[in-house]
Amino acid sequence: MSGVWVWIEQGDGKPLPASLEALGLARQLAGSDPVTALVFGQGVDSAAQAAIQSGADAVIKANDASLAAVRFEPYVALLDKLIAEQKPGVVLAAATADGRELMAGAAADAGAGVLTDVTELTLDGDTLRAVRPVNGGKVLRVESIQDAGPKFATLRARAFKALEPDAGRSGTITEVAPVLAEDAVSTTIESVEHEAGGVSLTDASIVVSAGRGVGGPDGFAPIRDLADVLHGALGASRAAVDAGWIPYEHQVGQTGKTVSPDLYIAIGISGAIQHQAGMRTAKVIVAINKDPDAPIFKLARYGIVGDLFEVVPALTEAFRKRLN
Amino acid sequence: MHVVVVTKNTPDTEATITVDANGGANWGDKMVVNPWDEYSITEAVLLKGAHNVKTTVLTVGTEQHAEALKHGLAIGIDQAVRVWDAALEGDDSLVYARAVAAAIKKLGDVGLVIFGKEFADSASDAHIYQVARLLGWTMLGFVAKIDAVDFAGGTIRVQRLTEHGTQTISGKLPAVISVVKDINEPKYPTFIGIRKAAKADIPVWSAADLGVDLGSGKVKVERYQELPRREGQVELIEGATAQDKAAALVDKLIEEKVL
Ligand SMILES: Cc1cc2nc3c(=O)[nH]c(=O)nc-3n(C[C@H](O)[C@H](O)[C@H](O)COP(=O)(O)OP(=O)(O)OC[C@H]3O[C@@H](n4cnc5c(N)ncnc54)[C@H](O)[C@@H]3O)c2cc1C
Ligand SMILES: Nc1ncnc2c1ncn2[C@@H]1O[C@H](COP(=O)(O)O)[C@@H](O)[C@H]1O
Repeated sequence: MSGVWVWIEQGDGKPLPASLEALGLARQLAGSDPVTALVFGQGVDSAAQAAIQSGADAVIKANDASLAAVRFEPYVALLDKLIAEQKPGVVLAAATADGRELMAGAAADAGAGVLTDVTELTLDGDTLRAVRPVNGGKVLRVESIQDAGPKFATLRARAFKALEPDAGRSGTITEVAPVLAEDAVSTTIESVEHEAGGVSLTDASIVVSAGRGVGGPDGFAPIRDLADVLHGALGASRAAVDAGWIPYEHQVGQTGKTVSPDLYIAIGISGAIQHQAGMRTAKVIVAINKDPDAPIFKLARYGIVGDLFEVVPALTEAFRKRLN
Repeated sequence: MHVVVVTKNTPDTEATITVDANGGANWGDKMVVNPWDEYSITEAVLLKGAHNVKTTVLTVGTEQHAEALKHGLAIGIDQAVRVWDAALEGDDSLVYARAVAAAIKKLGDVGLVIFGKEFADSASDAHIYQVARLLGWTMLGFVAKIDAVDFAGGTIRVQRLTEHGTQTISGKLPAVISVVKDINEPKYPTFIGIRKAAKADIPVWSAADLGVDLGSGKVKVERYQELPRREGQVELIEGATAQDKAAALVDKLIEEKVL
């Protein structure tokens, strides 16, 4: 059994950045073996092309109304059938909500092992070995699966590099049919609500986060301005979320999201250990806090001690000047 | 009708973790109920208040996880069960899921199984989806709200939080759900609850009691590693005014090609 498969997750008909990162890693793991992208949905041709341009040699596509949005049962059933028939060595996906569900579900069907939310991954013969942050990112754990059969892993966003898309690459496209008919699926998606204009936290290269220091919901206005100028995503501490100042989707930390941006700006956040769990892997951390003893300064590369209501607008202005 | 919540103990989130020369990790003795399970256990208690259902808190683990069960009982869950078997040593999600699925079958008449989003120690949630798959039940992960559940009619409608936004999705019971922090305000044990829980008789089921072959795990935990050290100390940006500090910081970030 050989070859590396990648389930491609889409948003607005395009592969998610983290899925392209998975293709980049697959290319590396596969060596001379083929990389196959799995593209399911409705109207998936452009996503299939994008997968080829980013490293896939082959695409298995399934185009059907029953697959229009990701649902556990029809997706796992289809993955299971394809994997049982074609026996890939490794199956990868981005460690998103849906990616985690599908890889674990398909691994259960295959009686296989799954490595969750990994930040390093190597393949040595039949051994797939991962490094994963565990215990709130306070320690790393090395885990492996040694097996001739399929081995599954989900990859943390921004931990791996996508290839530069190459419009000259070509690949084969095979079409398959869904396994479950719509009336055999027990779930129905009724609606999806997006927050307008937001940048996805986990894919963002810049995250601007604020905490209790902003003092109230209106205190997020200057924070949003800074995030907008930087085209960054907006994060928050749990204190700010629990106070109801900003929706839970923005929470970074142990009981929120884990982000690994190039730049993380923590504003009016003390830097509790549970907050660190979600942002410790950021490349450069900047802290803005009026308390010079705040623990966040122990983690930060740069710090400004001062009142955020003076510093943040000044920073937004300075970035605007320099970046335009 | 029966609602089951699955939990375990995890190290205190404040704990410092050290790695020894053999790659073993140590996080001290203080354990707490898995932080995400404060929400799942509370949700089960809320469902019990609103519907005519029996609630069970289940753990698969050694004696030390009995504390998580007592937390559940102290908040108002009706009964607790612990599953343990030597075959469960190690940390393979599928072996774990086989034990949970078998225990759920043994409990009988289960309409809903609730998990917290993940285990905070192993940072893994694979077992949740694998339980659903092994049982062949509806899987709804990352639930921020149960809009409606009708145990008699066998339906549930929830809001899931995914990377694509908030999804409203309905499904048939029985179902497995995982819940995120937004779902409720956790309840905490009362003094009377803790005293009641301390007296509870908690059965322990083995693989043989469950009549299940747990198989062997494919995932091997090899060792723990310290995080790579962050180099250097924070550089505090000085300046006479906020504008000066801001400009100096932007210069540094641009110089270092962070932007
Ligand atoms: C099980 C568990 C899970 C948790 N999960 C998370 C999680 O996922 N994410 C998370 O963030 N937390 C989490 N927490 C909570 C965490 O312990 C902290 O309580 C929380 O992170 C504190 O948020 P904060 O830094 O915004 O608030 P505080 O700790 O109150 O800090 C506010 C900071 O703002 C500064 N400040 C105030 N005013 C100004 C001003 N005008 N200008 C500049 N600075 C100012 C203050 O000096 C202070 O440092 C969790 C806790 C537990 C027990
Ligand atoms: N306090 C602790 N410090 C270090 N390791 C532990 C601790 N508690 C449990 N372990 C280990 O964690 C793994 C899972 O244990 P358990 O949660 O008891 O199933 C086993 O390898 C235990 O030896």
